[in-house]
Amino acid sequence: MSGGGVAKRESWRQWLATDVPRSRGQAKAVQLYLGWLAFRSNTLAVIGLAILVLLVLLWIFGPLIATQDPFAQALAKRLLPPGAEGHLMGTDELGRDIYSRVVHGAGIALYIVTLVAITAPALGLIVGTLAGYLGGWVDVTLMRLTDIFLAFPKLVLALAFVAALGAGLENAILALILTAWPPYARIARAETLTIRKSEFIDAVRIQGIGSVRIIVGHIWPLCISSIIIRVTLDMAGIILTAAGLGFLGLGAQPPTPEWGAMISSGRKFVLDQWWVATMPGLAIFTVSLGFNLLGDGLRDVLDPKSGGGS
Amino acid sequence: MSQVANNESVERRGGRALPLNDTLRRIGQITFSVALTMVGLLAITFVIGRVMPVDPVLAVVGERASNEVYEAARKAMGLDRPLIVQFGLYLRDVFSGDLGVSTLTARPVSADIARVFPATLELATIATLIGTLLGIPAGVLAAVYKGRLIDQVIRVIGLFGYSMPIFWLGLMGLLVFYGILGWVAGPGRIDVYYDGIVPTTTGFILIDSLIAGETEIFYNAFSHIILPASILGYYSLAYISRMTRSFMLEQLGQEYITTARVKGLSEMTVIWRHAVRNVMVPLITVVALSYANLLEGSVLTEVIFSWPGIGSYITTALLSADMAAVLGGTIVVGAVFVGINLLSDVLYKVVDPRAR
Amino acid sequence: MSGGGGGRNGIASTPLLRLDDLWVRFPGHNRVIEAVRGVSFSVGRERVGIVGESGSGKSMTGRAILRLIRHPGRMSANCVELEGEDLLALSERRMRDIRGHRISMIMQDPKYSLNPVVRVGEQIAEAYRAHSRVSSGEARRRAIEMLEAVQIRDPERVYETYPHEVSGGMGQRIMIAMMLVPEPDLLIADEPTSALDVTVQMQVLAVIDKLVAEKGMGLIFISHDLNLVASFCDRVLIMYAGRIVETCRAATLHEAEHPYTRGLLNSLPRIDQPVERLKVLARDEAWSEGAGVDGGT
Repeated sequence: MSGGGVAKRESWRQWLATDVPRSRGQAKAVQLYLGWLAFRSNTLAVIGLAILVLLVLLWIFGPLIATQDPFAQALAKRLLPPGAEGHLMGTDELGRDIYSRVVHGAGIALYIVTLVAITAPALGLIVGTLAGYLGGWVDVTLMRLTDIFLAFPKLVLALAFVAALGAGLENAILALILTAWPPYARIARAETLTIRKSEFIDAVRIQGIGSVRIIVGHIWPLCISSIIIRVTLDMAGIILTAAGLGFLGLGAQPPTPEWGAMISSGRKFVLDQWWVATMPGLAIFTVSLGFNLLGDGLRDVLDPKSGGGS
Repeated sequence: MSQVANNESVERRGGRALPLNDTLRRIGQITFSVALTMVGLLAITFVIGRVMPVDPVLAVVGERASNEVYEAARKAMGLDRPLIVQFGLYLRDVFSGDLGVSTLTARPVSADIARVFPATLELATIATLIGTLLGIPAGVLAAVYKGRLIDQVIRVIGLFGYSMPIFWLGLMGLLVFYGILGWVAGPGRIDVYYDGIVPTTTGFILIDSLIAGETEIFYNAFSHIILPASILGYYSLAYISRMTRSFMLEQLGQEYITTARVKGLSEMTVIWRHAVRNVMVPLITVVALSYANLLEGSVLTEVIFSWPGIGSYITTALLSADMAAVLGGTIVVGAVFVGINLLSDVLYKVVDPRAR
Repeated sequence: MSGGGGGRNGIASTPLLRLDDLWVRFPGHNRVIEAVRGVSFSVGRERVGIVGESGSGKSMTGRAILRLIRHPGRMSANCVELEGEDLLALSERRMRDIRGHRISMIMQDPKYSLNPVVRVGEQIAEAYRAHSRVSSGEARRRAIEMLEAVQIRDPERVYETYPHEVSGGMGQRIMIAMMLVPEPDLLIADEPTSALDVTVQMQVLAVIDKLVAEKGMGLIFISHDLNLVASFCDRVLIMYAGRIVETCRAATLHEAEHPYTRGLLNSLPRIDQPVERLKVLARDEAWSEGAGVDGGT
């Protein structure tokens, strides 16, 4: 390497590709960069990410792209096939433009997913780390509780919750959260148990740092990557369960264009006007697929031992 | 060279030399654990049923009941007693088989469920058969040819499997295979024409019709079950093939596979007689869990196909606010879930020589 | 433990095994990892030891001889000859005939190298039936014979056991039985005693010693333990970073010249030459450069 100005201009690419990082910041950046490269080489995962980015864009710009008002009925124009009179996906039984309704449904789907994706893991994280860290009867009780929730099939339990709480979007979300948290508790507890035995926790404790600080500041960050992988993979399932609840009329109520509910109303005439039920289903499928691809890709990058790689 | 003193006797780790009281103790532990889980399950359904709804009495007597009827019902439901006592009574009822009375059918919930459950079992069984017979070879293929086209194809097929809403896929299936192609019969378990002709021995129409020698009815039942079973089977296949692939990859990386190759065995022998034999062990658990998952998947599928199983029962009850039936169904499904998980654990211990 | 025993048959006749310029490569992220770099040597009906640390390429060499390097790894060589027959030119099918029947390999840890869900006796019988058409009864009889040959008492009972039910030493002897039942000409032993307790090591080595001598087999003994190899083998090859850096007869090992070998020798404690401090091996980058030494005959 020649001296002077040429040496100073070590390109950022070289800086990121170095084998010998000179600072902690650089080491972290190198790690992220390598992870990104690994992720990028997995085309399916990138497709997954692209789908989800599209979903978010649809949510933000939805009202602009959606050509028509998703709630506007026009009974004269009911059940038009896709492509007719500027309706990209046709119209439903009340003459509403399906394309606009699907686009609006994206926002609802995103709303559900975000709320569940944040709350359920948080709940599970708290339960799991408390159980793992404190041990003893706290551990036994909390884990028993987790196992009991896990013993129910998720949809059935969510159904039962909504039955008691009453139909509605918020209740459906609550039911989803209540059924989604157990796996995270399990993961968090497992990680906590492993970490708790390591010496650096002892070192930190000797310094006199309280349990809460230890859990929040030291244990939680280490659980994050497992939880992130699990969240992304779970979200695909959450979308499907949410759609199932909507299909049964237990989610967002009409006329809100929730995808599952749309399939339900399209069911009556699926044999003749197939598009009413098919379109929202395709949307659900695409989003769920996106989450699955993204989750698989993340797992290959963050946890290569899982043997799923290409 | 002197005879090596064989002071290394064959070690016995548990297994055949296990003393009787040790096994009994293990059985006791498992039973206790399962019982505890069931009680927990029931606690949740109790909370859902009694504590969560605003007024459970109203749900039973209706809004327009007079005060006396309301009070009488309240007493009858035990709602004037402390919560713990209520829970105790609830447990007593459930464990003696009393799941309440359905407000829709006016019959005991347990009788209703006993009537509809075999339909779900039949569906889940055929679906699991399909999933296993196709899924295991698919997973093996995908693992052996990892990275190649066949692997990608199988993985994509599986991926599509868990990304599709099952009720939508069922609907599409009906559209294509019934509506457009006419290859299979439509919704329902059997044509109305044949309903009730075959005497119920096992509850599985497919078996009962063969026993009774009614082949026409058998074909009719078959053409009704094949589509929903295939849809559910597809789900099962997605899960089973993925797990099989994962297990196979793990096994193929093991040293004993190298040993088998060193012995000069053909690749087929190495894969099937060595790797797959090891995969069968955890796979039993996977198949059992898949069966359990199908119970959940059948809830929505039964609605689409008007299949008179427990899924339909619960959803109909749901839409009529028949809480007793909903909770009764939830309890039964939960109990079966727990039972299958337990069974899969036991099977694992039986099949794996290392765990004996 | 006989040091110089075994046939000294390496006269004008073709050697049992001949390797010339063997390379084993694995594609990595940005570069190719070369596990074995231009290794050449011959083996007659004698005992050759290959000594090296982890990563020296010694195990890879063993597997390459059996053509067991699998994708994405790749091997290449000028020749790999078994009694004159070029193994590289053989079809996979023909190679399978060779594996087990002409060349065999025992591996390090019987906990992992035996199939956990099959009875050990059946695994031995399988090895026998892979290369001869016999009835299962005959194969069973032969397997029990081999179990006796490896000093296992009560072979009928052991036949029915599963790998996890036997101790390490017994498992390794079962492995030996399994690999020698088809009566190969050449045996590769890849760290056969490294996973065993010290007391058991001697027993297993004794078994190997006896059987190799009895059948006049060639033996390639791969290990990281210089002392062990020196006392068990006729010739020693020292590998470092994928190359053979030195070769010599076991008897003259203490006269070795290469700094790596000297370093290894000097770091071993010796009762007859106590020192204040054992010398730490100082590595020289130059050792991984430069052409390797031909292992010769």
